[in-house]
Formats: sequence, C-alpha cells, structure tokens
Amino acid sequence: MTVAAIEPGKRFVRTRHVARKERQQSVAKWIFFSMTVAMIIPLVAIVAYLLWKAAPSLNWQFLVDVPKRGMREGGIWPAFTGTLYLVVISLAVSAPIGVLAAIYLNEYAKDNWLNRLINLAVINLAGVPSIVHALFGLGAFVYAAKLGYSILSASLTLAIMTLPVIIASTREALASVPMSFREACWNVGATRWQTIRSIVLPNSISGILTGVILQVSRAAGETAPIMFTGAVFFKAVEKGKLFSYGLDDQCMALSMHLYTVSTQVPNVKESIPFATAVVLLGTVLLVNVSAIGLRVWLRNRKKW
Amino acid sequence: MTAIPASGERVRTRLPGRKPLVILGERALEILIRLSGFSAIFFVLAIFFFVFREAAPVLFDAEFDAKEFLFSTEWYPTSERNVRYGTWALTFGSVAVTALAMVIAVPFGLGAAIYISEFSGKKQKEILKIVIELLAAIPSVVWGFIGLTVMSKLIVDLTGAPVGVNLLNGGIILALMSIPIIVSIGEDALKAVPDSFREAAEALGATKLQMIRRVLLPAARNGLLAAVLLGVGRAVGETMAVLMATGHAVRIPHGPLDSVRTLTANIAAELGEAAAGSPHYRVLFLTGVLLFVITFVVNLTADMAIRGLRRK
Repeated sequence: MTVAAIEPGKRFVRTRHVARKERQQSVAKWIFFSMTVAMIIPLVAIVAYLLWKAAPSLNWQFLVDVPKRGMREGGIWPAFTGTLYLVVISLAVSAPIGVLAAIYLNEYAKDNWLNRLINLAVINLAGVPSIVHALFGLGAFVYAAKLGYSILSASLTLAIMTLPVIIASTREALASVPMSFREACWNVGATRWQTIRSIVLPNSISGILTGVILQVSRAAGETAPIMFTGAVFFKAVEKGKLFSYGLDDQCMALSMHLYTVSTQVPNVKESIPFATAVVLLGTVLLVNVSAIGLRVWLRNRKKW
Repeated sequence: MTAIPASGERVRTRLPGRKPLVILGERALEILIRLSGFSAIFFVLAIFFFVFREAAPVLFDAEFDAKEFLFSTEWYPTSERNVRYGTWALTFGSVAVTALAMVIAVPFGLGAAIYISEFSGKKQKEILKIVIELLAAIPSVVWGFIGLTVMSKLIVDLTGAPVGVNLLNGGIILALMSIPIIVSIGEDALKAVPDSFREAAEALGATKLQMIRRVLLPAARNGLLAAVLLGVGRAVGETMAVLMATGHAVRIPHGPLDSVRTLTANIAAELGEAAAGSPHYRVLFLTGVLLFVITFVVNLTADMAIRGLRRK
C-alpha cells in the first residue's frame, strides 16, 4: 500500500487490514442477527402450527357453545366468560391500588430507606412464582378470609399477582411527564395533589391505560394462581349467556380449560385443545397489540 | 386593602375557593396514596406470612425431619406405610431444567440484546422490540401446551426418546420463555453504556466486535448479570409450562431425555389431592416457602446488580 496511490478525493485506503476488519464485522453482525431471528422463528412457526391444527374447530360456534360429552365436544363459552369475570374483578382491585402506589412512588416518595424497601418489595412481588401466589391465595383468601373456592378468591389472588405490572408501567408513564410541568404548576400555588390531578394525570393517562391493558393480558393468561382458588375443570352454565356466574361461584377459565383438555381428559378431538390455545393466545396477543398500538399512537402525538 | 394592624397581631387569611372539606378530602386522598404505596411491602409480607402459616405446624411435627426434607430423594407423600417427604429430587429437577434453559437462553438472549442495541437500525429495533414484547406475553399454559404437543413430538422424532415430555423439552420451553426478559433487560443495560465509550473505542480503530467485547460487555456487566438472574428467576418460578412439558417422574435425571419434576410443578400437581391440614398439604406449603426464599434471593441479587450499575 503506497500513499502515493491515493486518488484525489478518495480519503481512505481499503487496506487488507481494513478489509479483514470489515469482514469480521459483517460476520459478527450476521451471527447476532441469526440469534435474534432464532428467537423470532419459534413464535411465528408455533402460531402458524397452532392455527393450522386448530382450524377444524375454530368457528363462532366453538366460542359461544358449552362443552359437551365431558369436554370432548362443544365449545368454550363458560371458560371464556369465566376468564372475563376474573380479569374484570382483578382489574377493579389492582388498578386503583397500583395506580395510587405508582403515584406515591413517583410523586411523593423521597429517596430514603423506606421507599427503597417499597421498590424492593415491588420487584420481589413481581418475582414471586405464580404457584406461590396460588398457595397464598389458598391460605389467605380461601381459608383465612373464608371466601371459599370462588371467583372472588381467584380474582383477588390474580390482582395481587398483577399489581407490579400496573405499578411499573404507571410509574414509567408518570415519570415521562417533564418536571417543568409540575414546577410551573407549583409556582402558581397549586398543592401537590392539585398538580397531580390537573397536570400529571391528564398528561400520562394513556400511558397508565397501557399498563392497565397489560395487566389484563397477564391476568387472562395465568393458570397456576387460579387453579386452587376458584377455577374448576367444569361448571355448567347456560349457552351464550354473559352473566352466568355469581361472585362466590367457582368458574371455568380459558387458561385452566386449556390445561384440562390437554392433560386431564382422554380422547379429546385433537383440534379442541388447539382451538382453545388459539383463542387464549389470540385474546392475549390482541390485548397486547392494542397496548402497543396505543403507545405508538401516543408517542407520535406527544408535543414535548 | 385592609390597613396593617398596628399591634403585632396576626391577620388570618383564607385562600379563596379552598373549602375546609376540600382540604380534608385532599388529606384523605394523600393518606390513601401513601397506604397504596406501602401496600407492596404489606403484600410481600402477607404472602410469606400466609404461606408460612399453613406450613408451620409440620415443622413441629415429631416425624418431620428438616434434613430429610431438604436432602432426601425419597418423595412418597401418599404411601401407605412409608411416607417420605424428601424434596432433593424436586430441587434437583428445578435446578436441572433451569440450568438447561439458561445454557440455551443466555447466549441467544444476550446475542439478540447485542444485535438490537448495537447493530439494528431504528425501524428494525422498534419491530424487534415489539416482537419480544409479544413473545413475553404468551401465557405459560400455552407454552406448556406447545411443549406437550409440538416439542414432544419433535423430540421423539429427532432423538428416538421413548417419551417426549422430559428435561430437554422443559429446558427448551423455559429457554424460549426467559429469552424475552433477558433480551429486554440486557438491551437496557447496553443502552445505559454512554455513547462516549463507543466513540472512544471506535476512534482507537477497534472493530465493532472488539468494541463489544472489550468495552461494552465489561461496562454493562452488572446489568447483563441482572438480566440473566431475572431470567433464572422466571425459569425457577415457572409452573404451568414445566408441569406440562417435563413429564412426571420424581427422580434424579441421568440425562436430558429423562423425565423430571420441579418444585413448582410438584405443588401444582399434588395440592389438589392433598387434604387441607394434612402433613402432605403442609409439606407442599413448605416447598412454597422454599421457592419464595429462592426467588427472593435471586431477585435481590439482580436488584443489587442493577443498583450497582446505576451508581456508576
């Protein structure tokens, strides 16, 4: 490589060394890329396979019909409404507590040992295994609070389990409101709560909503916590009726139903568990996609 | 304007529009907010308290032996004559499945995190992050179902194992489940490394690969450790997927194609049969306490790793 050989206007010489570096870099890029793709392929392949296997049973009738002949035929209506009940009730409990807790952590808490302890508790609450939540629900709600095996016990267990989801995402939404907004509000004499109500919450409500939606997705998919607190293998309800359960009833749930038909019931028509899985997966992914959509829309609309 | 009082008497003013009731309401609300803030601590303590309360009586049982509980592989909870509550095989099952899952998930997870953080363009990054979020949203029972149907068939076809639900199956499923969390936390950790580090490395003529290996990975070490630990936490605590995908054999596995049972799956499988208040029921709660402690330690370590990162 001779310096004299550089053409005018050309700044760099692509020496052998540089070429090797570039080659290495592109190889590295491809290796990391293929690792990423290896993570995505299973998702796509699995969803496609599930859909393909579920196709024979996947129709409107399957959704609104009740299970027949020991769950070997018919639909999933009681499970679907059961999941709806569990999600709505657990949401009604965990959303207010979660949002208020996030407001405390983001707007009121100072950086002292107590609040570090709260943070640690939130992290730990998110890490407690779902089956331990089930044990807790059984010990606390079913026996100690004497709520029995019921929708209420199961929902409360789910509510506590999903609390960290709401706290984390609400906090993020609150933290994204610039500090200057609050300072301006304080300067005109507003109290802390007035500031939160009129400035912080309106500016973060969509972010909070996203967190609530994510809670729904999490609550709809969980199985272990409701298994021993209120969800049962089978419960007869009227076909197509929406409000078929009472609060102290036991109920079926989609996630539990998938576990039941795929492991506990012999000789099920093959497409039924697959169709159940598709409905469950579809519900959860749909909820998540709407949360993502909301977030993207929000980000594009943001003025600051 | 009122005249300034001559003596040092204080003038009481009232803010316009702030009725005492409103002020009182605001106080009450702030107390409520504070209480909600403390609720997380309360719930964690409550979980420990109620699970431990159901388990505690067995600890004072004359026949209960803590050493046997932790280190014996004999788990015969429903035997007529020889009732044994040794959880070693279950603990080993949990450790084995988690270890196998991590062997798969850590390289792929960190590789993907590096790709997303360092190589991908803006648009691509956004799409990949959404995919990871969706991957993380798949319910564990669906993963279990996939293990039971798709993966087990694949394993039988490819390896000729007699049953497809085994350690390998559970490991792969758990790996797929914990990759999203490793990727997203790992990517956060890499993002936290200041760009000036990258620029300095590039200015010295380092290739991207050298920069990643010599600069990024050491700088983001704590965050990446936390990512792996949170993945471990997820894998250890996972219930439904391992219940459905690992088979049901309470024994020390000899190879990846043996069936195992984990601590979590064991509770899920047997709690329904154990009569409330029976020793079997209490021992199951005791394994719950054990799980709580294990995940607590793992999460605490991860948190300390992240905190160490922030302080820097």
